[in-house]
Amino acid sequence: MRAILAEGLVKIYRTRGAQVRALDGVDLEVEEGTVLGLLGPNGAGKTTTVRILATLLRPDAGHATVAGFDVVRQAQELRSVIGLSGQYAAVDENLTGRENLWMFGRLYQLPSAESRRRAGGLLEQFDLADAADRVVKTYSGGMRRRLDLASALIGRPRLLFLDEPTTGLDPRSRLGMWDVIRGLVRDGTTLLLTTQYLEEADELADSIAVIDHGRVIARGTADELKSQVGGERIEVVVRDRADLNRAEEVLARDGSGQWTLDEHTRKLTVPAIGGAAKLMEVVRDLGEAGVEIDDIALRRPTLDDVFLALTGHAAAADDRPGAAA
Amino acid sequence: MRQALTDGLVVTWRNLKRIPRIPELAIFAILQSIMFVLLFAFVFGGAIPLPGGASYREYLMPGIFAQTIVFAAATTAIGMCDDINKGLLDRFRSLPMARSAVLSGRTVADVVYNAGILVVLMVSGFVVGWRVNTGIPELLAGIGLLLLFAFAMSAIGVWLGLAVPSVEVAQQVSFTVLFPITFVSNVFVPPQSLPDWLQPVAEWNPVSTLTAATRELWGNPNPYVGTGLPAEEPALVTIGWVIVIVAIFLPTGVRRYRNLSR
Repeated sequence: MRAILAEGLVKIYRTRGAQVRALDGVDLEVEEGTVLGLLGPNGAGKTTTVRILATLLRPDAGHATVAGFDVVRQAQELRSVIGLSGQYAAVDENLTGRENLWMFGRLYQLPSAESRRRAGGLLEQFDLADAADRVVKTYSGGMRRRLDLASALIGRPRLLFLDEPTTGLDPRSRLGMWDVIRGLVRDGTTLLLTTQYLEEADELADSIAVIDHGRVIARGTADELKSQVGGERIEVVVRDRADLNRAEEVLARDGSGQWTLDEHTRKLTVPAIGGAAKLMEVVRDLGEAGVEIDDIALRRPTLDDVFLALTGHAAAADDRPGAAA
Repeated sequence: MRQALTDGLVVTWRNLKRIPRIPELAIFAILQSIMFVLLFAFVFGGAIPLPGGASYREYLMPGIFAQTIVFAAATTAIGMCDDINKGLLDRFRSLPMARSAVLSGRTVADVVYNAGILVVLMVSGFVVGWRVNTGIPELLAGIGLLLLFAFAMSAIGVWLGLAVPSVEVAQQVSFTVLFPITFVSNVFVPPQSLPDWLQPVAEWNPVSTLTAATRELWGNPNPYVGTGLPAEEPALVTIGWVIVIVAIFLPTGVRRYRNLSR
């Protein structure tokens, strides 16, 4: 059975006379027990999509069923079987971690004792047992996110929405969060995850849908998407501007796609297949061509590269994906 | 229905829990009112002689109680707005809980909170010379009327908190509206001293009718009685106001809550 089926979702925001078409016909399918990564820059429509599927917003057109329930007509039934964890850690900072979980459990209509029992289990599972009886105000960012996720799980949802679960976390907390999410996936939770980071989608999702300007512009596995953008990237910073032409010739020959140049930093970037061996080849060829270089590096494709390849324009994300590395 | 009740109680519990966790809120609400008591009792008290030499402090206290309850609406609005901005309302709206619970839990908690503040204020009023000159039933009736009005003010606060974009705006709007409501009334000065066009506003102002009603119930001086319905039946007019306010603001608040799209 399909856990999520969305067809032609449209959402228009009207603020002070201006109209913004946040979603412009989004189609999605997620099979039960799989993870879909919804990948896109800020303002692409990721959060709007999640909010519609989680019954917080009504679509202006199109329809969607989640776990077999229509998101508009059967919203209340649907709410019993989903969990939502958002960009902002939506927990009450004046309550303790345990009190938060108990409260959300009660509001999932669990009996008080059962809610307390599950809260205890989740606090253990998410490594919050020591802080369980402290007011959330004293928690670190990572702890809040874990509590937020635990809150989304207390109703044992069949389907979980995670809206940018690691945005704003430091690298160590991010890795910890990935472990937690991987654990959930192993237990068979169906997951829709939004992210700005290709690496994160790569790490956690079975399939990826790339969203831009309110439309899904590509879908596939992480490997399929990466091969679409032509593998890894080699970046060369040329010492002397006069050598740029010769360097471009080398990269055109060795690379697997069109090179791009950043005039200001004298940085040339080219897609390349072949990893470290290819990098060595480029270094050798540049040397033979007499090009002096300041820096050379091999890096994995980023969201920017995927966007550039798919849309011809750069992703307008504030957060550079490099932070995920 | 049963679910609306239990969910409402859970949210009430949550809102009451924050009082001891942020004691500053309650402490400053009380201090602010005590400051008003002292300010008016000692600064203006001498300059505003009441006919027949009645005690200005006895005249003042019922007004201070009403004022405190009116200003609590700001706390409600700010709290509600804060819940939206922190994403907590999104979480509540994604849960299979009664749609009324967030609002009923907030207003019920506010009434309990106001009851607590009233007790502290009444004790401090007693210290500066305020007395209830009637009996226990009248005392309780007066408190009941104040808390009924607290419920209405809380409904306004909820609506306002859902309507404005940020905590700062909630704060500004609250005070812009609440100051005139308490000052264009019989709380501090005789309404007869106001310009002619403002007098009917002050007489019909629910803060005036509430204050007049409690003064009469407790046998505190209420020397500037006007004419017409608000002067003759202040308690009934107050209850009328509560019904009108709740009938307008609670349903609009619930509708706003359901359709929040931020």
